[in-house]
Amino acid sequence: MSTDAAKTLAVTPPRKRFRTRLLLDLVLIGIGSATFFLFPENLGFVTRVLIMIIFVLSLDLVIGYAGIATLGHAALFGSGAYAAGLFAVYISADPLIGLAIGIIAGAVIAFLSGLILLRAGGLTLLMLSIAIAQILQEIANKERPLTGGSDGLLGIDMDPIFGIFAFDFFGRTGFWYVFVILVMVFFLLKLVVASPFGLAARGIHESPARMRAIGTPVYWRLVGIYTLAGAIAGIAGALSAQVTELVSLEALGFTLSAEALIMLILGGTGRLYGAIFGTVIFMSVHHWAASIDPFNWLFVIGGLVLVVVYFVPEGLLGLPAKLRQWLRAGR
Amino acid sequence: MSSGLEVKNLQKHFGGIVVANNICLDLKPGDRKALIGPNGAGKTTFANLLTGTLMPESGSIRLDGADILSLKESKRVRAGVAKTFQITTLFKAMSVRENIRLPILERERKSLNWLSSSASFPEVENEIEQLLTQFNLETFADLRVQDLAYGQQRLVEMALTLALKPRILILDEPSAGVPTSDAHIIIEAIERLPQDLAVLIIEHDMKLVFRVAARIVVLVNGAILLEGSPEEIAGNQQVRDLYLGASHAH
Repeated sequence: MSTDAAKTLAVTPPRKRFRTRLLLDLVLIGIGSATFFLFPENLGFVTRVLIMIIFVLSLDLVIGYAGIATLGHAALFGSGAYAAGLFAVYISADPLIGLAIGIIAGAVIAFLSGLILLRAGGLTLLMLSIAIAQILQEIANKERPLTGGSDGLLGIDMDPIFGIFAFDFFGRTGFWYVFVILVMVFFLLKLVVASPFGLAARGIHESPARMRAIGTPVYWRLVGIYTLAGAIAGIAGALSAQVTELVSLEALGFTLSAEALIMLILGGTGRLYGAIFGTVIFMSVHHWAASIDPFNWLFVIGGLVLVVVYFVPEGLLGLPAKLRQWLRAGR
Repeated sequence: MSSGLEVKNLQKHFGGIVVANNICLDLKPGDRKALIGPNGAGKTTFANLLTGTLMPESGSIRLDGADILSLKESKRVRAGVAKTFQITTLFKAMSVRENIRLPILERERKSLNWLSSSASFPEVENEIEQLLTQFNLETFADLRVQDLAYGQQRLVEMALTLALKPRILILDEPSAGVPTSDAHIIIEAIERLPQDLAVLIIEHDMKLVFRVAARIVVLVNGAILLEGSPEEIAGNQQVRDLYLGASHAH
């Protein structure tokens, strides 16, 4: 291979990539902030989108970076939601302490279930991940006196954040609370995926055999990544409980896990930004299509997924590169 | 206490088939030893027993006198036993630089760090540059491995393994899949390996074996048939009949 060819194929230098992405991050923060002013009547929906982005970012860490196949990620979201909700109802309604409880619950459940799940792989792992979420959902259902069972956990009434910013009917405080946490989670994850820990996660995704051959304890590293992802999913769950002041059994449901996976596939895995775009597109289309036809909106989502999987398997983030490729082929 | 690797009476079956039959082998620092044998002789299985990918039923493996048989694969790597794969096993979507960075970070126990950039350790980056230079990979450093020719990927595989700073290096068919015209690149890379490193080369390419190995071990049906210098092996009638052919007799 010639030097010129090597230059053409070379990946973008990290410094240049950093500058481009920082600019993109600032644009995204700007757009995110603007939604507060653009959709003042729909802040509840926008806040739900932001919470789902945190959840799908956590899923991206697990699937996109570490290659852990799961259809039970709601187990970690629901654990965070129930822990934060129960804490608010029975112990303290302070949002930040509740958020910390949600983080711990998500991480602990991820660690404990990860010890079992991550010994398996492929379809077995997929089935076990569903089983864990179903078991937790059934526990929440059976413990009706504590969790409200199928009626959901009610009676969550959060205190003001820092004792100053009270949660209001229109969801203004909730929006900014979730938005700030999302920005913090996003930059934390950017740090993680660029770190040696993140590089090792990508290595395990690409070749567990090679990682073992360079001395990596692959199983324990996967447990570590899964626990971190559990903490982040716990954040999403806790925020959901605090902002909506309700935790239902659906927080641990299969539908939530499957929808999060579809959001990630739509946007593109292993790039963090894919989680953001995929979630925004899925939830916006869902919102729009369901308002037109509440019974058949899934047709639109199904069609969208089919188009993406067939024509842009890298997700919608891969669309510009795919378009360039098609244009070049058409010349 | 003896230095280097000492393998004694290694035994392994796959069902009714004996794949390692009472194998004994020594590797001292600086050794260049080749393991040859027909297909199915058990060469790769033996390499996998050394690295801990497979566990033997009996026997012992000692490194500098210490028993490493009970150690898992990842711990044996940390103890100093590393291997390249027969079929290139790399991180193909990553750049060459990242492929070499990963084992160095792992060796230096920095891979649990999740708050610094993986490229922010100057001593690691210096070592990557040295390995890139040693294997003539500087031009391709920022290319994804999947975009490299197979021969270059074999070099990355060796650079990546050497980045672990092993004391025992097992090269499993380093020239497999490399065009004959490029085999000299692999031979030169092996000749440039550190002098104090013990190297076991599993190889079918006899030109490579006779060029780089000081001792040759012949493995047949999971058992060592013979060990000797290249001249002794080339002159042995049994080996010639089994494997080499008459062309290497003189």
